[in-house]
Amino acid sequence: MDLFTGLAHTLYSTLHDVFPIVAVVIGFQVLVLRRPIPNLGKSLIGFVYVLIGLTLFLAGLERALFPLGKLMAYQLTSPTFLGGDPVSASGLVRWQDYGWVYVFAAALGFATTLAEPALIAVAVKAQSVSGGTVRVWGLRVAVALGVAIGITLGTYRIVTGTPLHYYIIAGYVIVVIQTVFAPRAIIPLAYDSGGVTTSTVTVPLVAALGLGLASTVPGRNVLIDGFGLIAFASLFPIITVMGYAQLSDWWSLRRKQRQASAKDDDN
Amino acid sequence: MLSFIRSSIRDLLPIVFVIAFFQFAVLRQPFPNVDDLLVGVVFVVLGLTFFTRGLEQGLFPIGEAIAHGFARKGSLVWLLIFAFALGFGTTIAEPALIAIADEAAKVAAQAGAIESNEASMRNYARGLRVTVAFSVGVAIVVGVFRILKGWPLHYLIIGGYIGVVVITIFAPPEIIGIAYDSGGVTTSTVTVPMVTALGVGLATSIRGRNPLVDGFGLIAFASLTPMIFVMIYGMLI
Repeated sequence: MDLFTGLAHTLYSTLHDVFPIVAVVIGFQVLVLRRPIPNLGKSLIGFVYVLIGLTLFLAGLERALFPLGKLMAYQLTSPTFLGGDPVSASGLVRWQDYGWVYVFAAALGFATTLAEPALIAVAVKAQSVSGGTVRVWGLRVAVALGVAIGITLGTYRIVTGTPLHYYIIAGYVIVVIQTVFAPRAIIPLAYDSGGVTTSTVTVPLVAALGLGLASTVPGRNVLIDGFGLIAFASLFPIITVMGYAQLSDWWSLRRKQRQASAKDDDN
Repeated sequence: MLSFIRSSIRDLLPIVFVIAFFQFAVLRQPFPNVDDLLVGVVFVVLGLTFFTRGLEQGLFPIGEAIAHGFARKGSLVWLLIFAFALGFGTTIAEPALIAIADEAAKVAAQAGAIESNEASMRNYARGLRVTVAFSVGVAIVVGVFRILKGWPLHYLIIGGYIGVVVITIFAPPEIIGIAYDSGGVTTSTVTVPMVTALGVGLATSIRGRNPLVDGFGLIAFASLTPMIFVMIYGMLI
């Protein structure tokens, strides 16, 4: 019974999420553009699939992964797990004591991003639009790496209690410098990948990690220090995606040069 | 369908592995409620499978059909109104935003910016949600306009970054974390494919635009403007 009430509840909130989009799209298609919806039957089935898919996905996460992930986030950040008193004699928090927290943050960021449906959508589109030069898996791994780095740095920030905006502004500076040197075609995709990484799967788990950490590290305020992890997770993928494009450019350039020099040797 | 299921399983394996590793090797505890866990994982795999299937069959084609329709009709005003409605409409109902707005109201009450009672906190949270939704609407409008004009994205985004940095200096410190986070949470799993299809569809149907260079970038705007608008909201209230 509990299973079905859970499903019904999730279906309701998914409907709530999907309905405005359907209303706007159909409203404009029918009233403003005055065109019938192409392949109406097929598209409708597609929408129903999206609805069923999101409902099952969220209900499953709610049932299995979220409780466990959140519990884990709290356990890993609790002082008992960290081996008694992480505050040194001088009353300062030693960031080195939180080793497992950083490992967990990185692994969680990487793994949840790979499962993020919105990122899959963008990667699929990018591969088809770029004619295969941007690969679905290459892009997703690059983004996931970015989220992993971002969240790890973010947890380090919560432990040390340094101001959020220094990190974010430094990140912006890196993004701007990379933009100058990165291949033109990748820039819009890289900027987009910042926003798509953080949705259904990542946000609840990462938020739990941040709030858990902020409530157990001595001297941190949950409401001020607990936020900010999402900001890290949406900034660093921009850097890694541009880095991925720069690296693959550099490699193909080197390969060409090596082939050219090999030819010269033959002559 | 089978290949969709296989790729869903592959997408989810890393999470299962991470959770299992930390549970057994680091925390050294057995799994609680194994039944729940198994049912949940099956749901998640099926859900992701249906979602990716429906994406290619429903969301992408409709989003592109609309973009082509507007490009052919050539009405700039209606296109921009549509862009705003899409951004505003999808964001105002976003569950992650509702959650973060409630948290923000608590912060504001604690910091003494608003009165610490139910009514004023609810008002504050609602105001914040409308602010973010409005800012996403504006973002999609600016982004669509950029696609039409073919402006380079990075000038606009870097300009936005400068805006964020400047406003950060003046914003009350307790709003900064929430403002920065609100950029990431506004774009939901259904909005992203729709907005991407719109951008790519527009860039494909306008002559002289490259779908890769001009079609992407709408999400980037939608995750930048909320930061600025939320900090301004925090300054004004």
